[in-house]
Amino acid sequence: MLAVYKRELQAFFFSPIAYVFMGFFLLVTGLFFAATNVMSSQASYSTMLGNMSFLFMLLVPVLTMRLLSEERKNKTDQLLLTAPVSVTSIVLGKYFAALTVFALTLVLSFIYPLVLFAFGNPSFAEILTGYIGFFLLGASLISVGLLISSMSENQVVSAVATFGVLLVLYLGGVDILMQLINVSWISTALNWFSVYNRYESFGQGLLGVAPIIYYISFCAAFLFLTVRSIERRRWSEV
Amino acid sequence: MQLNENAAAPNAVISVESLSKRYGNKLAVDNVSFQVHSGEIVGFLGRNGAGKTTTMNMLTGYISSSGGSAKVCGFDILSDPFEVKKRVGYLPELPPLYMDMTVKEYLSFCCDIKHIDKAHHKSQMDEVCETMKIQDMRKRLVKNLSKGYKQRVGMAQALLGNPEVLILDEPTVGLDPRQIIEIRNLIKRLGKAHTVILSSHILNEVEDVCERVVIIDQGHIVAQDTMENLAQNVSGVTRMTMRVMGGDKQVMRAIHDVEGVTFVDELGVKEPGCMDYIVECVRNSDARKTLFYTMAKMNKPIMQLRPHDVTLEDIFMQLTTADNGESEG
Repeated sequence: MLAVYKRELQAFFFSPIAYVFMGFFLLVTGLFFAATNVMSSQASYSTMLGNMSFLFMLLVPVLTMRLLSEERKNKTDQLLLTAPVSVTSIVLGKYFAALTVFALTLVLSFIYPLVLFAFGNPSFAEILTGYIGFFLLGASLISVGLLISSMSENQVVSAVATFGVLLVLYLGGVDILMQLINVSWISTALNWFSVYNRYESFGQGLLGVAPIIYYISFCAAFLFLTVRSIERRRWSEV
Repeated sequence: MQLNENAAAPNAVISVESLSKRYGNKLAVDNVSFQVHSGEIVGFLGRNGAGKTTTMNMLTGYISSSGGSAKVCGFDILSDPFEVKKRVGYLPELPPLYMDMTVKEYLSFCCDIKHIDKAHHKSQMDEVCETMKIQDMRKRLVKNLSKGYKQRVGMAQALLGNPEVLILDEPTVGLDPRQIIEIRNLIKRLGKAHTVILSSHILNEVEDVCERVVIIDQGHIVAQDTMENLAQNVSGVTRMTMRVMGGDKQVMRAIHDVEGVTFVDELGVKEPGCMDYIVECVRNSDARKTLFYTMAKMNKPIMQLRPHDVTLEDIFMQLTTADNGESEG
């Protein structure tokens, strides 16, 4: 797993992907930060992170699209799958590499709350909780992207499909929209998958056990499905 | 037509037992059985789409089989995939290279995923680089290498960890003639310490490198034997060209009357004053001596007498066209 992780991380930084991801994330966070915190002299940083989650939907596909699609396209998956490593460790290695790029970006974005600390008196615990929530939210979205990347050998297809799925997940969390869809099972199902809504309590500075467990099991489920999706293709008879 | 049904031999490194792979309602590999013994170089021969790659992909664990079983070094490919993968070096048709890495980084990554002891990384990498003559390329990015060097790096990857079995899918495809010869000689050398399966659709390559041939067509094994046996079994006649000085119709008739000769025809004048003939005679009835004396008696000197070997091409054409009427491109 470590070997796959290392190689994947290297690939992120040898290609423009990590820089595009980090640069764009920091740029947009900066703009949001200026608008919500600096201009209106607000110290609530978590609200800003919450707003970021919408734009994050555009960025996750950039991070995940090539993870498994590219291997298939270039046939390098033949190297991995014929080496004595399990599919699970390949998937985990890739997942943690993407997660590392994401975590690094979050660490860099810490510069904004530092500005708040310099000029105001925000609650450190609240900001930290916001970050933890945002990290868990991002980790879940990345696991969705990874699954979709395992399904197509075309990076563009996997990027667009990831965006589409994340958009549906997002809309599932919008209450007004859900009231329009008056079918209870659809809204229940969408609510079950509403990763975005689970962030709210973190945004309010609450570090609840339930949402943490929700996020972790969400990731685990999608990683499991990714492994199954790769295995399924090996057994495919189509 | 199965020319040689091998019984399970104790020293079989690879033994494949009615292996099949189904795609849709077509069997890409249909009931394939064969054995490869320790230290053998076996050639998989077949047209494109015959099922060579699919068979190799199943043996290396890249895809699963739909039926049958296969054992590599005594380990079943389905129940003990890890043990199999540890003992097999695989070079797929397209070398599985990461373009954004240098050769050294790539090989080091391969060492990692093959679970080669950290302490042996350097010596292993030096060894395969030397074997493949890529020492000077170690710091180059894979994407900047020529096709020939990419192939070598792919091969170096397969050799890492010194696996017992090497499976090479079309190892010379896309290389220039000199590189082809180099790779073939290398495979022959490797065959001394490894058990090798290589696939090819180039007949003389298999003829040159392999000790034994498995011919696959449309997912079936149509023949598997040593080159000599195949040649003998397939063709009932020996064919030769004969150049006779002052050859005419009378000479042709005289040749035809020689015992054992079944067919004779003029090939035309290739040397001034001489006529070339193609002569076919029944196998095991060596007509050369009689031909010599007959010609000598007629005062027509034989300038050249050259027997034709039955080529793999002949065997291949005969096996794949005679037995299977419903052939596809």
